[in-house]
Amino acid sequence: MKRLLSIEFQKIWLNNPSRILTITYFALLSLIALITAIKFDIGDFHFNIAEIGIFNFPYIWHFNTYFADYFKFFLAIVIVSMMANEYSYGTLKQNLIDGLSKKELVKSKVLTVFAMAAASTVFVFLLSLILGLIHSSFTEFRTIITDIDYLLGYFIKLSAFFSLCLFVGILVKRSAFALGFLIILYIATAILHAILRFKVLDTEIADAIMQFAPTNAISDIIVEPISRLSAVQQMGAQVGLESDKKFDVNYKAAAISLCWTAVFIIGSYRVLKRRDL
Amino acid sequence: MESILSIKNLHKRYGFVHAVNGISLEIKKGNVYGILGPNGSGKSTTLGIVLNVVNKTSGEFTWFDGSQSTHEAIKKVGAIIERPNFYPYMTAAENLSLVCKIKGIPKTKVAEKLEIVGLTERRNSKFRTFSLGMKQRLAIASALLNDPEILILDEPTNGLDPQGIHQIREIIRLIASTGTTILLASHLLDEVEKVCSHVLVLKKGQMLYSGTVSDMVRSEGFFELAANDLVELERKLRLHPYFKSVDSAQDKLVFTTSTTIAAADLNQYLASENIFVSHLAFKKPSLEEQFLTLTKTANL
Repeated sequence: MKRLLSIEFQKIWLNNPSRILTITYFALLSLIALITAIKFDIGDFHFNIAEIGIFNFPYIWHFNTYFADYFKFFLAIVIVSMMANEYSYGTLKQNLIDGLSKKELVKSKVLTVFAMAAASTVFVFLLSLILGLIHSSFTEFRTIITDIDYLLGYFIKLSAFFSLCLFVGILVKRSAFALGFLIILYIATAILHAILRFKVLDTEIADAIMQFAPTNAISDIIVEPISRLSAVQQMGAQVGLESDKKFDVNYKAAAISLCWTAVFIIGSYRVLKRRDL
Repeated sequence: MESILSIKNLHKRYGFVHAVNGISLEIKKGNVYGILGPNGSGKSTTLGIVLNVVNKTSGEFTWFDGSQSTHEAIKKVGAIIERPNFYPYMTAAENLSLVCKIKGIPKTKVAEKLEIVGLTERRNSKFRTFSLGMKQRLAIASALLNDPEILILDEPTNGLDPQGIHQIREIIRLIASTGTTILLASHLLDEVEKVCSHVLVLKKGQMLYSGTVSDMVRSEGFFELAANDLVELERKLRLHPYFKSVDSAQDKLVFTTSTTIAAADLNQYLASENIFVSHLAFKKPSLEEQFLTLTKTANL
């Protein structure tokens, strides 16, 4: 396992675009910390975003894992091009001739993808912990570890998404087309969902079916945290909107995503095995 | 002799194209094999199959008497297929160290192999800055990293300038002299004739010949003749007791006999028939001519 990871790490790290994208990714994640700097005054009204409670434990786990997720597209480019490069340089064939089996090859890519998800999860954990310890009103150990399962949800979310990228990269061979394919997949799922919802079936049945679509399942794991903010909820209550929305990690979506992850990994291996290089 | 690779009745179909059609062969330790064949004759496909990059349709192949799995066996093989494939953004040394990781061998060999192919000075240059000749030499260094039991070279001099071709040939000869088994696929016949001891001839996925180079070249031979009156010369040749065939080739006649006769006897016969030749030579067909005859007569 160490050998396979070290092979992939060398391929990615020595490639300038991939290295720059990876560094940018982690740099942008740290920028979440900059949100604390948002403060402005309107007359007598002092607004400091750090003080409205977004960095309170345990809410911070939810907030940070939700927003950190948006940056995953940087790593998606790295993953897709890591596969596309192997095809265009002819090194996929050469790696096999040099003695890597097709199974090992897929294994090394999958391990890399999981390692990326794990690295990102650890990074978000540390970042949130530090921000929380600085800004949170409650810093008792029990409060800190409450809802820490958002990190597990985040890890599953990234692993599933990156596995999808890897599968598309192996299937499509070219990075530009693969990224295009990913975007089309998202749009097509959304359109299908909308059609089912408004034209064919009613909302509940449509949602029940479409929760199994990979892109939906992945994004359903962690729901948006904004309406959970007490400030926002108070505003809602004032205009008469009482919400009974659930904000916990959606483990059903997580389970569906894990199934898709398995499908993508096995699919990657099947595609590569059948292909003549 | 130890068997390195044994192929039995191998087939590969791409849709309607039968790229490899029942090839069987045996590669023994210590020999230098040439695979000859026109473009598209199935050379690269056959090599791709035994190297696990192309899926076979049917048939069997075993490495090292089947003592190891194909995956393990390939780690003991050094191979370059068609063109050198490396990561353009890595240096020569980085590319080779990656191959070491894949093969699971220590990186100590990198410097030694770069020295053999004369790339020591350029070891820290990025692969994309290399000329084709240098790329091809790096590919050979990479194939040699694990001191392979067998070296497989597919068109190693393709697209190189005369100097590059010469360098590669020198390297191949050096490696062959150390007793390494070599399998060299080429459509350049003089290349094969110069370095190989055995030869396999393929056409349209079928094997036309398999044996030693000397057996393939050994044959009856023929005479080349010229005289002032070619018509009269041809008439007299047809009356020769051992006449087999006579063809005209530009300003000469090519005469083959049913058994071997000495040039002096033929000369004497013609002189007795009042024909005095201006040119008389006994020739044996080159590998190239043999190859062309073989591939032409095989009606595939």
